[in-house]
Amino acid sequence: MTITAPPTSPPSPVDPPLLKATGEPLRERAFKWMLWFCMAVGLITLVVLITYVLIKGWGRLDSRLIQNMPSSVLPETAGAQSAITGTLWLMTFTAIWSLPTGILAAIYLEEYADPNRWYNRAIEINVLNLAAVPSIVFGILGLAFISRGLGFGPTVLTGSITLALLVLPIVVIASREAIRAVPQSIRAGSLALGATHWQTIYRQVLPAAIPGIATGAILALSRAIGEAAPLLMLGVSFVRFNPDGLMSTFTALPVQIYNWTTEARPEYTDLAAAASVVLLVLLLAMNSVAIYIRNKTQRRW
Amino acid sequence: MSAPPSTLVDKHAVAAGAEGFLRQQRARNGEKAVFVVLLLAALVSVATTVGIVISLFVPAFQFFDEVPITDFLFGANWSPTFANPQFGVWPLIVGTLLITVIASTVALPLGLGSAVYLSEYAKDRERRALKPALEVLAGIPTVIYGFFALTLVTPLLRWIIPGDGEVPQIYNALSAGLVMGIMIIPTIASLSEDAMSAVPSGLRQGAFALGSNRRQVSTRVVVPAALSGITAAFVLGISRAIGETMIVVMAAGLQPNTSWNPLEIHQTMTAFIAATAAGDIATGTVVYKTIFAVGALLFVMTFVMNMISIRLVRKYREVYE
Repeated sequence: MTITAPPTSPPSPVDPPLLKATGEPLRERAFKWMLWFCMAVGLITLVVLITYVLIKGWGRLDSRLIQNMPSSVLPETAGAQSAITGTLWLMTFTAIWSLPTGILAAIYLEEYADPNRWYNRAIEINVLNLAAVPSIVFGILGLAFISRGLGFGPTVLTGSITLALLVLPIVVIASREAIRAVPQSIRAGSLALGATHWQTIYRQVLPAAIPGIATGAILALSRAIGEAAPLLMLGVSFVRFNPDGLMSTFTALPVQIYNWTTEARPEYTDLAAAASVVLLVLLLAMNSVAIYIRNKTQRRW
Repeated sequence: MSAPPSTLVDKHAVAAGAEGFLRQQRARNGEKAVFVVLLLAALVSVATTVGIVISLFVPAFQFFDEVPITDFLFGANWSPTFANPQFGVWPLIVGTLLITVIASTVALPLGLGSAVYLSEYAKDRERRALKPALEVLAGIPTVIYGFFALTLVTPLLRWIIPGDGEVPQIYNALSAGLVMGIMIIPTIASLSEDAMSAVPSGLRQGAFALGSNRRQVSTRVVVPAALSGITAAFVLGISRAIGETMIVVMAAGLQPNTSWNPLEIHQTMTAFIAATAAGDIATGTVVYKTIFAVGALLFVMTFVMNMISIRLVRKYREVYE
């Protein structure tokens, strides 16, 4: 099929009035309703899920959750403090490992790599493929190489490196898109004024791409914050203290939610729901920041 | 490490300007160092893949020294931790396929329908509201989906499906599959919609001009023209279903089962890996190595599907952009 159509405006939303005179056939309306139904199933499930978790966890959403440590004996006084602090530690270091690496890799692929070279194409395809590798496989990598191979054990260091590798492709892909959106004329102008290649990137391209990169970074971290499977594989489980360093063992919110769900007593189900609400609120906060940045700094070239 | 590509040096020679504009100038040392650092950062992702391959396949091959690969692939019993261990992976494959089929049955039509609606029917304002809502669906942590499946969807199913010995078990494939299907809808919808938006509007206008209505344009022009992108979305969605862990660990259970009954407990490949590794098995034992053998199989399956998907996306980009 060869297409030589000029990029014109989208199809007119309204059919000419003459053709509409006989009314929309039933089949057309039925088709449109069917499409609506497809959209609605996902959205209704989303609403049901959030409402259910809120109702279920409401009774336990109080200061106990933040002030107390997890307990597998006393559900009345159990909290999630170590899981919340563990998640914050984990996210801090995941960001420290993955963001600089991902952004630098994106700069390489967009600004330096010659796309006709096989090795650059290989790096590119490799990133795309890694983005779709199941998270449990990263758990295997973390278990075999970092936790047992390097002997770091189920510590904050092991967990954050594993999650950093997991979200690295997301950072790279999002940063590449942000860098690509900076118009070529900005680069040409800078080079014409005598700046070197790196000066151009550092002083012109990166500042212009920062909003897009920041949005992508938050997206990547919000993927990392909900991951439970790789952490379970590393042996992260039940801990009653806050982490105090990179080599400290820890627990995280998703792991704690999983542990409480597997407990038989119904009080723990409510606790799992309450902890899920905390996790959802953290996610909501991160996404709001991303949307804020996007709206605040959006620029049309 | 190779030097920066020559086009780059040329650019500098021109930019460096005054005294040597005809002479080829060497890039500054600092610029070279920057290039090396950037290249190293890009190579981290390659190292990750190499690390995954080594960490999976070396123990997997050791495993196949002790257990013949034919026993692994074609044996019908999976009980690696028992006194008389059996290493037939078939039950795990049945669990994985069954749940993937249920999830795809939910997600493929609903995802495609959502994509057609967003791309062909929704007005601009509607689309700006609906797309982020779908993205929220994709952003819910899988452990919360697992909780939702086990504590709400399963009781509902047990209430709806009448009980004459056919009641869904506490852990069952159906509940996990349905919730996983909902989870995958956004993946399929957003990738398919990208592909449909890339279809040139000239094709639509041509069809409208010949008297087609919106439904005919959608189903006979846009969907066929975007087919490779839609296929890529389907393949990627199925690959995600095969690799998903938390939902199946929590809602489908941890017991291998060769029956195709979706109301029964089933263990998938991912669930086996997670449960066994979390059980703190000693390094070097056969059971420890089974994690890697199953992991290698999972990696190969998803890798093939991801590559197909990447190829297909590339194809439609080449045609339309």
